[in-house]
Amino acid sequence: MAIALVLVLIVVGSVLFHLLSPWWWTPIASNWDYIDNTIIISFWITGAVFSAVVLFMAYCVFRFRHREGNRAAYEPENRRLEWWLTVGTAIGVTTLLVPGLFVWSRFVNVPSDATEIEVIGQQWQWSFRLPGKDGKLGTSDTRDVTADNPLGVIPSDPNGQDDIVVEAADLHLPVGKPVKVLLRSIDVLHDFYIPEFRAKMDMIPGSVTYFWFTPTRTGTFQVLCAELCGQGHPLMHGEVMVDTEQDYLAWLGQQQTFAQLSAPKQTGSANRLSEKTMASGLDVGAKLETLEAR
Amino acid sequence: MVDVTPADAVPPAEVGEVELYHPHSWWTRYVFSQDAKVIAVQYAGTATAIGLVALVLSWLMRLQLGFPGTFDFITPEAYYQFITMHGMIMVIYLLTALFLGGFGNYLIPLMVGARDMVFPYVNMLSYWIYLLAVLVLVSSFFAPGGPTGAGWTLYPPQAIMTGTPGGQNWGIILMLSSLILFIIGFTMGGLNYVVTVLQGRTRGMTLMRLPLTVWGIFTATVMALLAFPALFVACVMMLLDRALGTSFFMPAIVEMGEQLQHNGGSPILFQHLFWFFGHPEVYIVALPAFGIVSDLISTHARKNIFGYRMMVWAIIAIGALSFVVWAHHMYVSGMHPYFGFFFATTTLIIAIPTAIKVYNWVLTLWRGDIHLTIPMLFALAFIVTFVNGGLTGLFLGNVVVDVPLSDTMFVVAHFHMVMGVAPILVIFGAIYHWYPKVTGRMLDETLGRFHFWVTFLGAYLIFFPMHYLGLMGIPRRYAELTDMTIMTESAHHLNSFISIMAFIVGFAQMVFLFNLIWSIRHGREAGGNPWRATTLEWQTPETPPAHGNFGKELPIVYRWAYDYSVPGAKEDFIPQNVPGSFAPSREPI
Repeated sequence: MAIALVLVLIVVGSVLFHLLSPWWWTPIASNWDYIDNTIIISFWITGAVFSAVVLFMAYCVFRFRHREGNRAAYEPENRRLEWWLTVGTAIGVTTLLVPGLFVWSRFVNVPSDATEIEVIGQQWQWSFRLPGKDGKLGTSDTRDVTADNPLGVIPSDPNGQDDIVVEAADLHLPVGKPVKVLLRSIDVLHDFYIPEFRAKMDMIPGSVTYFWFTPTRTGTFQVLCAELCGQGHPLMHGEVMVDTEQDYLAWLGQQQTFAQLSAPKQTGSANRLSEKTMASGLDVGAKLETLEAR
Repeated sequence: MVDVTPADAVPPAEVGEVELYHPHSWWTRYVFSQDAKVIAVQYAGTATAIGLVALVLSWLMRLQLGFPGTFDFITPEAYYQFITMHGMIMVIYLLTALFLGGFGNYLIPLMVGARDMVFPYVNMLSYWIYLLAVLVLVSSFFAPGGPTGAGWTLYPPQAIMTGTPGGQNWGIILMLSSLILFIIGFTMGGLNYVVTVLQGRTRGMTLMRLPLTVWGIFTATVMALLAFPALFVACVMMLLDRALGTSFFMPAIVEMGEQLQHNGGSPILFQHLFWFFGHPEVYIVALPAFGIVSDLISTHARKNIFGYRMMVWAIIAIGALSFVVWAHHMYVSGMHPYFGFFFATTTLIIAIPTAIKVYNWVLTLWRGDIHLTIPMLFALAFIVTFVNGGLTGLFLGNVVVDVPLSDTMFVVAHFHMVMGVAPILVIFGAIYHWYPKVTGRMLDETLGRFHFWVTFLGAYLIFFPMHYLGLMGIPRRYAELTDMTIMTESAHHLNSFISIMAFIVGFAQMVFLFNLIWSIRHGREAGGNPWRATTLEWQTPETPPAHGNFGKELPIVYRWAYDYSVPGAKEDFIPQNVPGSFAPSREPI
């Protein structure tokens, strides 16, 4: 008998937990409130089904519990009932799927006015590349990665010369402008994830993946890696700052282009880049210590 | 529907019986036994033993998540080794082995009315290779560098690189070798289960008279035979990449400033192979649970399972559909985004046969005569957790909803609820149900109820709130949850609560183990058919059944497995081997 009561309490408790939970998504900072809405629809439909099934069970357990002299009914099938339940389920599933696919088609079709930027993941830090005045990113190849060319921009590609390289530092983005994020990795799988933007996508060495979004409010947002990438995975943090247009341009003005960075340097400062990313070589422990210290 | 008379339902025996190999010594009776029932117990014992390792590993990782920074010995390296081994052990070496090797071996021959599996010698080999696979897996704990910490999905390139524990040591090599051995061993057992169900049934046992337990295990085995080869080739290829420097899964890579020799491989190819196995694997675990729980509910509610034919077709439909949904694990993997439309649709379609099964379980309760025995309690708890976990699957399967939730604690909560907690509750229910047949004695009732309540409520309290951590955006597979701006103080408290619940639930399993051992000698005598059940395993002349199962004559089957509370019948159950047609025989043929 206790079980019937417990089943009811599970439904009531779960619904109350859902309504009162202080653990809820972070305030959104992108255009993907469509996704949030789809989640809300899903919660309503699945919550109703869960409550209905478990409460029905609770009722059955209470009403048809064994008592002396009871005998169960004999009813192998009820085709009409089974048919209706199947149709009802199909309708419920369609109600979930259709808005979901509609939003997905928005998610995968990038608006034509989106600016392309590039995010490069490596164990265990984020780097970024923005197109220069030509508006185009130069091509890249992991084989071209060296201490002086940490992102592997192909040196012979003229489009790459004016690209802005932000190595192991914060990315800035202007508010209200759609961005297509091209994702690349030079070692293992990573996943560029900012909870407030709701979007994420894996980065695969050897391929370029993408997603797009429009930042909708200014602020500083933490980048997390969402694909296990080795021991330093939980430390692979970064920051994206969404600025007003003015602040953004000010920041942009201070950045260096690929051509500037790869120009011959004076002795002594030649290893500026390598100090940051390459110094530790294959020494994982040293690499992790630098991360911990940050 | 036409009444079924024994005359047209029972074809004559076409072939004579095959001689069984009878043991001559203690060794061939209890160790190198060819009796499926002994092999079943060996499988179950080994799976439980390695499962205990996985339980301890889960405690260790919950220590780190619940009380970050308190335990110095849990380095990130160790943490990743814990989660990897926990996941792999639970999915492969415990759940798959226990459902198919354990319950499959014990129940298939008994339930279909066979003397043993059709290939007893191969069946024995299957267990010994499984044991070898487990030993190789365990050996990685003692190997230089320890076990692999690549996550149970073993995604390359990191799985075989320096930044991952065991990647350039023995860990990953031993893991892949162990999986290869497991698959070889499973294939030997699996062929046995399939052929026994198809060819070894006794007279009168038509396919549509099989208990749903057999249908579940049978379909899961067919699926496993089709799915495991994908994992097998993935393991072989990764082993070649790691050991011989080939590049099946390895593109050009710069690892911490150094160019590796690999070139041109595809990391995402591994993911396709892995999930082509991995998704059917979910149902390889779930379908036996579906089948068993159907029989538990029917027996303990004293009512025929509702919609038997629909249940069988739902099992087959789920089995078939589960081969075309694998890439829903890869929505944010960077595969072509248009795949999302296809896989979201197939994934949500699979919800329909699954929902039918849930409806039919609860409709079996309707107008039943529900005995709240321990197996029934576990069955009810299964429905709650399975419905909960199944419904959150509709979030993750719906491609765009998966984008924010993927790789967060929401996923961890979902799959634990649906393929961890739910099937394990069925395993417990099944053990309380069949233990009397295996040992001749009942498990202790008081300990059993304590075990039930703590396990069910505790597990729900662990995994239900965990979904909300994922909704906040907290990623899974984080050895450290510090320095994250989204991680609030209250989220840390919730994590501590979850950890404490995990220790309590784990403790309850010790009580269960004690009960298992204690009741062998001290349990109440059960008799041959304590639950008054209809299926053939309860009709054996001896309990526990002797080698050969059924004495001199094999039983002849006259009816389906669900003749409970038949109007006009004196008792509220009619065993399958009892002839004669009682008034409204509406058995679906």
